[in-house]
Amino acid sequence: MKYYDRLIFELSKKGRTAFSLPECEDGGIPSDAPFMRADAPELPEVSEPDVVRHYTNLSQMNFGVDTGFYPLGSCTMKYNPKIDEEIVSAFNGIHPLQPAATVQGVAEVYSTMDRALAAVTGMKHFTFLPCAGAHGELTGLMLMREYHFSRGDMARTKVIVPDSAHGTNPASASVCGLEIIQVKSNADGLVDVEDLKPLLGPDIAGIMMTNPNTLGLFEKDIKEIASLVHGCGGLLYYDGANMNPLLGIVRPGDMGFDIMHLNLHKTFATPHGGGGPGSGPVGVAERIVPFLDLPRVSGFHGNFGVILKACAYILSLGKENVKMAGKLAALGANYIKESLKDCYKLPIASVCKHEFVFDGLIRDNGVTTLDVAKRLLDYGFHAPTIYFPLLFHQAIMIEPTETESLETLDAFIEVMRKIAQEAETDPELVRSAPHNTPIGRPDETAAARQPVLRYIH
Amino acid sequence: MGNFCYFPQTEDDIRVMLERIGLSSLDDLYSDVPADFVFKDDYDLPSAMSEQQVRDWFEGLSARNAKLKVLVGQGAYDHYIPSVIPYITSRSEFLTAYTPYQCEISQGTLRYIFEWQSMICSLTGLDVSNASMYDGPTAAAEAMRMCLACTRKRNTVVASALLLPNVLDTLRTYAKYSGIGLVISRDVFSAIKDNADSIAGVIVPSINRYGVIESPDGLADAVHSAGGILVQYCDPSALSVIRTPAEWGADVAVGDGQSLGIPLCYGGPYVGFMACRQELMRKLPGRIVGQTVDASLRRSFVLTLQAREQHIRREKATSNICSNQSLMALWCTVYLSIMGPQGMRRLNDLCYERSHHLYNALLATGLFEKTQYDGEFLKEFCLKPLCDVPTLQQKLLDAGWFAALQTEEGYVTFCVTEKHSKKELDEVVDIIRNL
Repeated sequence: MKYYDRLIFELSKKGRTAFSLPECEDGGIPSDAPFMRADAPELPEVSEPDVVRHYTNLSQMNFGVDTGFYPLGSCTMKYNPKIDEEIVSAFNGIHPLQPAATVQGVAEVYSTMDRALAAVTGMKHFTFLPCAGAHGELTGLMLMREYHFSRGDMARTKVIVPDSAHGTNPASASVCGLEIIQVKSNADGLVDVEDLKPLLGPDIAGIMMTNPNTLGLFEKDIKEIASLVHGCGGLLYYDGANMNPLLGIVRPGDMGFDIMHLNLHKTFATPHGGGGPGSGPVGVAERIVPFLDLPRVSGFHGNFGVILKACAYILSLGKENVKMAGKLAALGANYIKESLKDCYKLPIASVCKHEFVFDGLIRDNGVTTLDVAKRLLDYGFHAPTIYFPLLFHQAIMIEPTETESLETLDAFIEVMRKIAQEAETDPELVRSAPHNTPIGRPDETAAARQPVLRYIH
Repeated sequence: MGNFCYFPQTEDDIRVMLERIGLSSLDDLYSDVPADFVFKDDYDLPSAMSEQQVRDWFEGLSARNAKLKVLVGQGAYDHYIPSVIPYITSRSEFLTAYTPYQCEISQGTLRYIFEWQSMICSLTGLDVSNASMYDGPTAAAEAMRMCLACTRKRNTVVASALLLPNVLDTLRTYAKYSGIGLVISRDVFSAIKDNADSIAGVIVPSINRYGVIESPDGLADAVHSAGGILVQYCDPSALSVIRTPAEWGADVAVGDGQSLGIPLCYGGPYVGFMACRQELMRKLPGRIVGQTVDASLRRSFVLTLQAREQHIRREKATSNICSNQSLMALWCTVYLSIMGPQGMRRLNDLCYERSHHLYNALLATGLFEKTQYDGEFLKEFCLKPLCDVPTLQQKLLDAGWFAALQTEEGYVTFCVTEKHSKKELDEVVDIIRNL
């Protein structure tokens, strides 16, 4: 990657244009129109080749799944198939308010996806309105509340969230007007059932769980937890961010979950786009189905373009290969874990699922998890998720996915071992990494203290 | 194994890996899953399709959608999309990247988000923009929450009844669960007076649901003296010519970026934008990109002000939003680069003259009358039909036009963009005249 230091505004020259539009015939907006802004907006004046070259240069400072291995824990950075991209263009011209008779093909995509996701999760039906995972959590919690409201059960205003949960869980619960009660993890990294029991009561709306949890561990007491929570009148919410390893193994519906979301951009291979668009459909068990159409949480019908891609992915894999994805993902994660546990602290040794967590280097020599992450960039790998979950101070969370070959995993392992060695022999080299990227570590304190958030002409 | 095109593991690979782990089969990886939960059946899904079969399947579906020319807006606008945009946004370095957590290898994403923020500031006239939201209606809902965050112990938000229907519905949903007292009113000034003690903010459209450009004279003063903040919901394409939220004295601007080069695509993915005055910066939800330098003083861009966000603050965050709609923000950024100030002016000029051409021609047929919502408009307008609306809509559909969308009061709206020539619009008028 080479450093390219321009902003599109800096290429601007008065009078240059890149647009191609017909001439006006009737003079356009009258010169005395009362609604006009005082000055034209400060947009760049550039030619079409300027635009193409600028954004191509920007793209070359970016790392994607197509560039290399992206072992980002809890993000499921699997390969994004190209056929899935191609099919979208035939649907681009459809207006969201068109009458049903003119969008029968679209309707078939939604019903196919509803059936497919129900088959894979054991839920009854899905709503596709949520645009991302956190948006799905919020929608799912709204449905949870509607269920309680419908029974006149207005006192259920608290939701239980494990201390290992994704940050979005408590944040979504808060936006949904629920009070958050934290349940502790035990020494094995699982929800502590004894800690849970006294929290349960008539004020509990439900519990949010990620299974496997953010340590990559299967919550094996789920049966007891489900029975306890249901017993107190609460519902179980499944955070589908970690659904990938369960493909072909176990369905959330069968474990007793009542409401869940899926991240189509994780489990179903749609590209992350540098932070979106995603899609976070919410599935529910039969007794929640009557509430599924209630809340409008986004503008039209959800991120249809993303749903299309996920549909193509599921059809490509078919029932045979969807079933294999989970096992192969777990295989890769355990392989890395076993290959590195003599160099990196492994706080919980049991067999993991799609991901696992190291707690920094065994012999750190002053080298932190951040340093290891930055040094990985020098060797052409994306870094794992770091400093999450919050249970460990030097957390390194690694998720390889099923689309990475043994050779790729071996290359990653070799580099991780090399960095562990560098930490002993030349710690400054690691502490000052990265050295081979377009920029070095930026001054983030300055960025936050005196924010420069837009280009000043 | 090893025979599906996305899975690289050969049988030998699997054996080697299991040996390293010390297990004898893939199923052993799941020995902690209670046996009675393990799913033993086949999924109720079709068998794997070849790439050609997948392509054919979707082509078959596409053939079941009518190919229509669009004269409807209502939050989704059929503007022309320059071919440069999909070319750039499909580059896999942009498409297959995650959120730019590792800034040293994400300068591409971070720079275009910085450009997006700058362009949104320029269109709205406001000081600070975030990195984008899911869509316009959710951005409005976030703005409603922000009203409460910016004022103390106040929980009433007044929303104009002239906002788009899907914006109002989304506001209702978010308000219901957040304990926000949402007052939807056709008379915003009276609603402010009636709720003067508790008002946290007011949300009004810059262009209303009937296409009319609103002139909220004195509104900012009324809201501010009641102690609330003013939010304007805007079409960013129109903002390149009409008076800006900053010029009206608004504190926050939100809207949908779809009109900036994003395909209709049955309603998504689109992108919400959100901008505010400097003083409210730390209450802004979502990601924000800032400029800084690295140790060699190279200009660098990073995610900043993260102390507002869910991964740090958990339940105390300004919002639960985790992602943005980064790639869709890139669509808009490339679009605005292509269009420039002159292109945006020409675009709005074309929308103006063509929509007025259709408006005048429809009135001349005698089949429509003006409504009480008549006023200055740029591309979308509303008429009272004197003919049977279902027949009108069906005749237009039969001729390949999606137009004359009915409002809840029984009026019809039309939206004319630069895509349709006066000749095509005259054909529409002929169809209607011959009902």
